[in-house]
Amino acid sequence: MPKMNMIQALNSALDIAMEKDPNVVSFGEDAGYFGGVFRVTAELQKKYGLDRSFDTPINEAAIAAMAIGMAANGLRPVAEVQFSDYIFPAIDQIVSEMTRLRYRSAGQYTQPIVIRSPWGGGIRGGQTHSMSPEAFFTHIPGLRVVIPSNPYDAKGLLLAAIENNDPVVFFEPKRMYNGPFDGKPDGALQSWANHPKGEVPEGHYTVPLDQAEVVREGNDVTLLAYGTLVHVALSAAEKSGIDAEVIDLKTLTPYDIETITKSVKKTGRCIVSQEAPRTSGFAAELAAQIQEDCFYSLEAPIYRVTGWDTPYPHAHEWSYFPGQDRFINALKSVMEAA
Amino acid sequence: MATHEPRYRVPVPKYRPGDEPDFSHLKIPAAGQAKRPGVDVDGRDTIDLALGMVRVLDHNHQAVGEWNPEIKPDVLREGLRHMVLTRVYDERMLKLQRQGKMSFYMKSTGEEAVAVAGAMALKDSDMVFPSYRQQGILFARGRDIVDMMCHCISNSGDNLKGRQLPVHYTWAEGNFFSISGNLGTQFPQAVGWAMAARYKGEDQVTASWIGDGTTAEGDFHGALTLASTYHAAVILNVVNNQFAISTHQNMAIGDAPTFAMKGLGYGIASLRVDGNDFLAVYAAMQWAAERARKGHGPTYIEYFSYRADAHSTSDDPSGYRPKTEAKAWPLGDPIERLKNHLIGLGEWDDERHETLEKELNDLVVKSYKEAESHGTLHDGPLSPIPSIFEDVFEEQDWRLIRQRQDLGV
Repeated sequence: MPKMNMIQALNSALDIAMEKDPNVVSFGEDAGYFGGVFRVTAELQKKYGLDRSFDTPINEAAIAAMAIGMAANGLRPVAEVQFSDYIFPAIDQIVSEMTRLRYRSAGQYTQPIVIRSPWGGGIRGGQTHSMSPEAFFTHIPGLRVVIPSNPYDAKGLLLAAIENNDPVVFFEPKRMYNGPFDGKPDGALQSWANHPKGEVPEGHYTVPLDQAEVVREGNDVTLLAYGTLVHVALSAAEKSGIDAEVIDLKTLTPYDIETITKSVKKTGRCIVSQEAPRTSGFAAELAAQIQEDCFYSLEAPIYRVTGWDTPYPHAHEWSYFPGQDRFINALKSVMEAA
Repeated sequence: MATHEPRYRVPVPKYRPGDEPDFSHLKIPAAGQAKRPGVDVDGRDTIDLALGMVRVLDHNHQAVGEWNPEIKPDVLREGLRHMVLTRVYDERMLKLQRQGKMSFYMKSTGEEAVAVAGAMALKDSDMVFPSYRQQGILFARGRDIVDMMCHCISNSGDNLKGRQLPVHYTWAEGNFFSISGNLGTQFPQAVGWAMAARYKGEDQVTASWIGDGTTAEGDFHGALTLASTYHAAVILNVVNNQFAISTHQNMAIGDAPTFAMKGLGYGIASLRVDGNDFLAVYAAMQWAAERARKGHGPTYIEYFSYRADAHSTSDDPSGYRPKTEAKAWPLGDPIERLKNHLIGLGEWDDERHETLEKELNDLVVKSYKEAESHGTLHDGPLSPIPSIFEDVFEEQDWRLIRQRQDLGV
């Protein structure tokens, strides 16, 4: 099976989607001829023409609005927002229009749209190229939020998102475009070529949009993660010597409550994690739902491993980033509690 | 009460309650003055039209000049009928709102020509992305009045299942997009729709409307940038009715000489049109539609008009402007002007007009009775309660299923 990094896997998904369905179009700032600043849309313009893969003015609200109009009129737009930090100008179009149109028109108009956006930190991007704004989006009714953690899932989830008839915000953990990241910035760069999830079929397949995956089985504590932190959590579990079960959520809305509760009821302990600031983050939603569904199985409080309630710092990036040590400390604490 | 001079300019309207409005300072070009260029004109060459005003009906109610669309009397009478129906409907709905039959209403009094003539100059197959004050389009396109009323009273017959405020219609069958309450969002969406129509090889034209106040929104700039960049088959309309709720248009226009001029910075063909002149609105929209259909790109149009009544049932204009302003408005009333034009042609008279008003009033009263047979907002039947969890996603996910159970329905 061919080896692909996440960029190649995403590009392959777009290529297959555009080949398969002439109504799929791809656009964004620098996303046409140049193929995007991370090259996810490379070669698509050459292969499918200017009107199917094109550049846009620098106006994220207009990009979202254009996608809305196109989708209502039968196309399946895949719009790129260059960095998830820059998605906020589009928020009105996403919150008030795209995600409500099916509802407010009682199904007369639908919005099969994917907004792709490079997401997360760990690339020395400073506060304007590092954000994890997923919680703003998981709060929106009618929107699916998807965050893959590896090339295999990235391709399968993106194809599923494009083929789905609901709007999807698809965040791409850019720290892992080229290889998995265990949270140790000084370690040697890793490559997807040596990772089982770097084996990506050439052809079409999908990964379900509402299923999490147990990526490490364990009996003592459940560790929930998505995106970049999946690999950090896995490494921390290995190093801690604690028998932790690690779950990769993949889809945040709607999240896979069955897989989560099954695991927590088995282990009796849970840590939820996110790279985003702590307060009102997605981890808080998970913690609230887990205590509702699993309270009588819990043997310890649910712990959170998160970024701090600060903007993403530049020089002190690694003091912000929830790395292995913070996970290991949380694992120890949750095992010592109660 | 503040006594100091303002330290920076904050625009205020010329007249406040108690003032005697006088609009003689407005420079209104005479009817027939504007030149009508070919539909393939370079957008940048429309500066005279953006600064002037396309007007066809003169002060004697005669159609004059190059923009006279020379419409047959039958079509004019049809336009008059749609405008009168719009007004009668609005009046009735206002009364019903005051009686508590609906939560909210928005009239379009004084602006009927903008919607009706615009819709009639387009094909019914053309797509429209209106704001909440172009209900005239629905009448011009023949939407069932009972259906419209069922929407406004949110009963079991509401095609939107009671999910939207009154007046926020959606009618996909009639190529009428879903009305948003968020101002201007539809403007750039219309460009996307127009691009998709071309993508699919259709010759459909797309039109969208916003108000003068909304030109201050970022989506206005986004729409004009997109339309200009992608040369979209779209008509972007700004209804300058002078007011955004209580805020005068001078809070949005800045130092631009006209709203129409704002289009020229994008290189888009830009027209300023007498919005109370049925024939001028018709002619401008017809010109823009032909331009778009033939692939010559977008048109941006300002309709100079006056919002003759409140913004909505939630405000009282006597609190922020003189009561006599609408009467003093120099461009008159669109229905009166078309009526007088038809009378001048010998194609209409006062008696027929009164009969028409009565007929349409009876129709509206009768339609409302029928609408109420499908339920009322207060006593139902409404759409079933579980429907609040439908159409959020294509299929309900576990959260919605659980929440529906929590609600016990």
